[in-house]
Amino acid sequence: MEQFTDIFLMLLLVAGALSVLYVRNLFVATMLLGAVSFIMALIFVSLDAVDVAFTEAAVGAGISTVLYLGTLALVGSDEKPARRRALVPLLVSLLVGTALVYATFDMPAFGRADNPVQTHVAPRYIEESPKEIGVPNMVTSVLASYRGFDTFGEVTVIFTAGIGVLLILSQLRRRREDEADLTDGPDTDTNMDNDAAASASPAERVGSEHDLVPHVVAKLLIPFILLFALYVQFHGDFGPGGGFQAGVIFAAGFILYSLIFGLHFTRQIVSTRLVKFLLALGVVLYGGVGVVSLFLGGNFLDYNVLSADPVAGQHLGILLVELGVGITVTAAMIAIFYAFAGRAEGRGNDIN
Amino acid sequence: MIFFDHFNYWIFVILLMIGLFTVMSRTNLIKKMIGLSLFQISVFLFYISMGKIDEGTAPIVVEGAQDVVYSNPLPHVLILTAIVVGVATTALGLSLVVRIKESFGTIDEEDILAREDKA
Repeated sequence: MEQFTDIFLMLLLVAGALSVLYVRNLFVATMLLGAVSFIMALIFVSLDAVDVAFTEAAVGAGISTVLYLGTLALVGSDEKPARRRALVPLLVSLLVGTALVYATFDMPAFGRADNPVQTHVAPRYIEESPKEIGVPNMVTSVLASYRGFDTFGEVTVIFTAGIGVLLILSQLRRRREDEADLTDGPDTDTNMDNDAAASASPAERVGSEHDLVPHVVAKLLIPFILLFALYVQFHGDFGPGGGFQAGVIFAAGFILYSLIFGLHFTRQIVSTRLVKFLLALGVVLYGGVGVVSLFLGGNFLDYNVLSADPVAGQHLGILLVELGVGITVTAAMIAIFYAFAGRAEGRGNDIN
Repeated sequence: MIFFDHFNYWIFVILLMIGLFTVMSRTNLIKKMIGLSLFQISVFLFYISMGKIDEGTAPIVVEGAQDVVYSNPLPHVLILTAIVVGVATTALGLSLVVRIKESFGTIDEEDILAREDKA
């Protein structure tokens, strides 16, 4: 039975991917991509990767769809019909595919317990981590403790990407002013980072004041989304979850708020300054734990020295590090959303 | 059953081909980003498939139970972080697309190249 569920989901996945390829409307393609991500999350559950499924559902089906839609709002969602026949790409893809399929025949069969990948470091993680780290969720102990240095690198990448998006999208649009097309008077974009200057008009316009149902539903949902994010954050040691997932879910609460009520009101609660501060704070917290463990006589990110009892030290270290991850991921997602949505709002002012 | 021994890996290959083909054949930059996402998803599937053990369960300690088979937690960790890093880098790519649209007025690769040649 399980096998047939798998096969069904996999075929659905391929069908979804193919329709993403062939559909011409980018809006539809984005929605289908979200569906593909969600099917992938289901497959991850059946492959025992509950933490990954969690992340994929929150990120792939949630946040990245919002980002694509934010981009489409700025660039339009029509794709031009192809002008040339894609023979060479087709050949290259088929060639790569054939080579990979050929290679899979040399791979050990799926699911065997004696595959090379299962016999290397994994047994140590599985057998020792409950004793050494004292955290039931092995994914969390590997993520935050054994491979803590690696995760620190990932958090830095997210931090850098957040900064990058802010830099790229918060620049003023000089060309538009040069062209002086539809703009009357100075470009309103210059007010992007200035909350006070975002006068009442965009706030009134962007908030969908006529849609009572979304307003009420969102107001009911948002507290629970935020509460759930906190649960995922702090229960990540015991069940599926952790800083990455919690950060994304926490940000999703704020993104939902600004989608329904308008960016202006969200910025009053969480200003761009605060987001930038939190973006850095998470990385500093993570690195700070490492530096503290250095000063206490251990290695970088060696949590054993944080407390008299090594297991308690590991607990403390993982808690702080996951908190750092959560803060940075939340801030990065909100910052990225602000950058896209702020740009769209600026453009709205141009047209009117 | 020999067919199921490599079934997951073949699906990975098919997805990867679709992603690669999308990136190479479509001229719309957003479509290219979507292709890249598909490509990325296929790699996630590959890693997670490798970590699965038959009759295994999620790598969260079951209290008091003996001889529980846990799937490999390591690929999960690698892919979990890769997903979040993936969305952050996708956002970076999309923001570049937005800027390209503003500078060139189009996000079609061929139109951009034509415009570049003219200039």
